[in-house]
Amino acid sequence: MSHQKRFLVISRHPPYGSCHARDALDTALTSAVFEQPVTMLFMGDGVLQLIQAQQPAGIQQKNLAATLSALPLYDIEQLYVCASAMQQRGLKAEDCVLPVQLLDSNAIAELIRQHDVVLSF
Amino acid sequence: MMTLHTLNRAPSHAALLADCLNACHRGDALLLLEDGVYCALNSLETPLQLPDDVSCFALEADVAARGLSGRLLANVTLVDDAGFVQLCCDHARSISWF
Amino acid sequence: MIFSLLVYAAPHSHQAAESAYRFAVATLAQGHSIHRVFFYGDGVHSASALAAPPQDELDLPARWQALAQAHELDLVVCIAAAVRRGVLDANEARRYEKPGHNLREGFELSGLGQLAEAAIQSDRLITFGA
Repeated sequence: MSHQKRFLVISRHPPYGSCHARDALDTALTSAVFEQPVTMLFMGDGVLQLIQAQQPAGIQQKNLAATLSALPLYDIEQLYVCASAMQQRGLKAEDCVLPVQLLDSNAIAELIRQHDVVLSF
Repeated sequence: MMTLHTLNRAPSHAALLADCLNACHRGDALLLLEDGVYCALNSLETPLQLPDDVSCFALEADVAARGLSGRLLANVTLVDDAGFVQLCCDHARSISWF
Repeated sequence: MIFSLLVYAAPHSHQAAESAYRFAVATLAQGHSIHRVFFYGDGVHSASALAAPPQDELDLPARWQALAQAHELDLVVCIAAAVRRGVLDANEARRYEKPGHNLREGFELSGLGQLAEAAIQSDRLITFGA
């Protein structure tokens, strides 16, 4: 590619109940394969994707958390979560399958401004 | 440059609306379209509270479709489809909240 | 400006599918160009040759086909999303040994990378989703 754009993928849905979480992740991974800098931000119910010990075999789906763990392999290391979304759901950074950075609203607004393309699912 | 936020869900999707508004930066714009235009009803028990320096627009065709002409907050500007395109041109990026 | 659109909703189920089309029409009317319209998730249903809405209802697949023809638009349907949902071209129908194929003329199946490419090459990328 002749130039780079900074991609922000915002993931707002929980895993398994709909395809949104999977689609967000696939978009992030694909953009990274195209050698674009990619940041992922989990907001709202999206933070629930990060809960450990997911076992979706019984519902015939692939383990989303396992795929999330692969993000660093694609050079997607900037993983952010909305702090209030975590708090509302009683989750802590230690509960997450990957290291994440908590952001408040102001920081999220700032993060958005640092990116050229925002894809939200 | 600033961000255009588009939102297409009715105000009962409170968390979505809150996340959208909280993600707005000064100078951003919010375009309500499809069911999102209901968020601008001037009769809501809790009317839409825009963050500082965030302008709000509503897509005309969606407002008219839903019989909302004259029922929206005064600080919401109606735009037609061409106006929607212009808003995209005027903002560096867009985020769709759905 | 150069625009690309991401359509992430099915026709009839969600208005977003129609909003996307109207936006495309307005974009072109304003003299801008559209690099790509990318259909993802349930958006792939906008590319079906078998959709048969009543005469007095919007036929989005037909509208997109006509718009694409008039303006030489690149209408790309995510292949992974499409085959899962039963939107297949002749190649995929053969590959999966399905009794028919239904990708509408004017659309092509391709990878999710085409969305990334569209975002990179365009000045503006707008999502219409549900």
